[in-house]
Amino acid sequence: MIKNKYLILRRVFQIGLMTLYFGANAWGWTFIIGNLSSSSILGTIPMSDPYAVLQMFAAGAVIASDIFIGALVALLFYSLVGGRAFCSWVCPVNIITDAANYLRRKFEFKKIQKKQPATRYMRYWVIVISLIISFGFGVTAFEFISPVGMVHRGIIFGLGFGWAAIAVIFFFDLFVLKNGWCGYICPIGGFYSIIGRFSLIRVKYDEEKCTLCMKCKEVCPESQVLFMVGKSSDQVLSGECTNCARCIEVCDDDALNFSIRDLINKKNKES
Amino acid sequence: MKTETISERRKFLLNTARAIGLAALGGLVWSAYLDEVTASELTLRPPGALDEEDFLATCIKCGMCVEACPYDTLKLAKPGDNKPLGTPYFEPRDIPCYMCTDIPCVPVCPSNALDIKKVSTNNQLDINKADMGVAVVDTKNCIAFWGIQCDACYRACPLLDQAIYLDYEKNERTGKHAFLKPIVDSDFCTGCGLCEHACVTEKAAIFVLPREVALGKVGDHYIKGWDKSDEKRLKNAEAHITKTELSKEKAIDTLNDMGGLLDD
Ligand code: SF4
Ligand code: SF4
Ligand code: SF4
Ligand code: SF4
Repeated sequence: MIKNKYLILRRVFQIGLMTLYFGANAWGWTFIIGNLSSSSILGTIPMSDPYAVLQMFAAGAVIASDIFIGALVALLFYSLVGGRAFCSWVCPVNIITDAANYLRRKFEFKKIQKKQPATRYMRYWVIVISLIISFGFGVTAFEFISPVGMVHRGIIFGLGFGWAAIAVIFFFDLFVLKNGWCGYICPIGGFYSIIGRFSLIRVKYDEEKCTLCMKCKEVCPESQVLFMVGKSSDQVLSGECTNCARCIEVCDDDALNFSIRDLINKKNKES
Repeated sequence: MKTETISERRKFLLNTARAIGLAALGGLVWSAYLDEVTASELTLRPPGALDEEDFLATCIKCGMCVEACPYDTLKLAKPGDNKPLGTPYFEPRDIPCYMCTDIPCVPVCPSNALDIKKVSTNNQLDINKADMGVAVVDTKNCIAFWGIQCDACYRACPLLDQAIYLDYEKNERTGKHAFLKPIVDSDFCTGCGLCEHACVTEKAAIFVLPREVALGKVGDHYIKGWDKSDEKRLKNAEAHITKTELSKEKAIDTLNDMGGLLDD
């Protein structure tokens, strides 16, 4: 079996998707047009960013049916199936933050850096503030400053000074805070953490096979979701898990795997 | 035990207060910055765009209008363009809007930030209803106003003789030539910028500005007496006589009253 199967798959998917978008603008391809804010697949299936639509709603815009249905499609897909997969399988910023994180591990920054007084709840605050500002100003507050949007559009329509946004995120993640952008600040990640909580695809941990090497916690961008490692066999149920599968492939003992959410068991436990 | 519950509660309150303080500060900085990036007096939008305020709330920045435009007229604002980030705009001196009769950019818009109704008459697409802006002539730098014959903008206009017409005037300096001065009629001009694109001067002497920027506003208190429909506004008008300190006396007495104006 290939060692970094999922990592390779993810990169192929991310880059492939961006190529399709890019091709639509540059060469008139029609498979998927638009960008990650709103797109149309084969000219029939709409997809829109539900968090952006929420801001539009707060800003007082009249939501067109295309956009509404598009948001619903995305919402249903991620809440039922994919979880927070947007972050690790689609978002292009993921490549930047993963690179920073890779270098961090490579140069063992952990040993020289102190803990930061940051909390992972900040992203939920950002969501709340963005909606308040959207409401107050009548514009989609996060969309106008979103570095994620800048990078998406930059790849498809030209970057401008968007590289500055890339650099800021890269260096922030590299020198200031481990997984700082995706794990603490980005409200899109926060949003998908909320709606992805109930999705069916879940990572499953098997204590019996685990040798406590802790490699999984080391690579996981949201290591708090792996709290059960070394404690009890369980599914990773936190919405903050991005389904990136890094933990699965670094584990040499096959203690982690994808699984389908265990609905029946859960009910038994509760009753 | 007791002291601990109090300190725990204090800690909680303190943390909450700190979080709210931070959030408020963040919100403040954010909104100030937002004000900066969305202030866009001079941005020209695609045909059929909603009024700027609604447009900013409605456009989802997907770029489908940009992809649909066959002339690469439209661009999505990127960092450094000094336009609201991610929203579509065009610069006519660079590439004008070529007024496609099938207006491909409008129907693709998923958010209706580009509104088909604004560019249709009787449910038929009608690009001549677009009002992206209005052309303004710089009469000091338009060479036609110098007396040199140039009708580049006039010829370029798709609404020739409606949106731009020529004003003929005798050239008193030479005595035997005429001025052919381009004049824009804002009732018809769509703001496509084909004129600005065609202008021969180094920096265009005719250029498109958003309507709110280019046009003045008279207000309600002038009525065109020669215009029957405008005069109708007077129908139910009633006379109001305002009494002020000055109007207590007759007008002539007020005028003759030098009190306070001359030294005694
Ligand atoms: S638990 Fe595994 S799949 Fe989930 S975010 Fe962490 S490393 Fe990725
Ligand atoms: S009308 Fe045609 S040229 Fe003008 S902006 Fe739309 S697509 Fe481009
Ligand atoms: S197609 Fe509509 S929503 Fe998309 S960028 Fe253009 S105006 Fe905005
Ligand atoms: S912008 Fe210029 S070319 Fe276009 S309609 Fe107005 S006057 Fe004519």
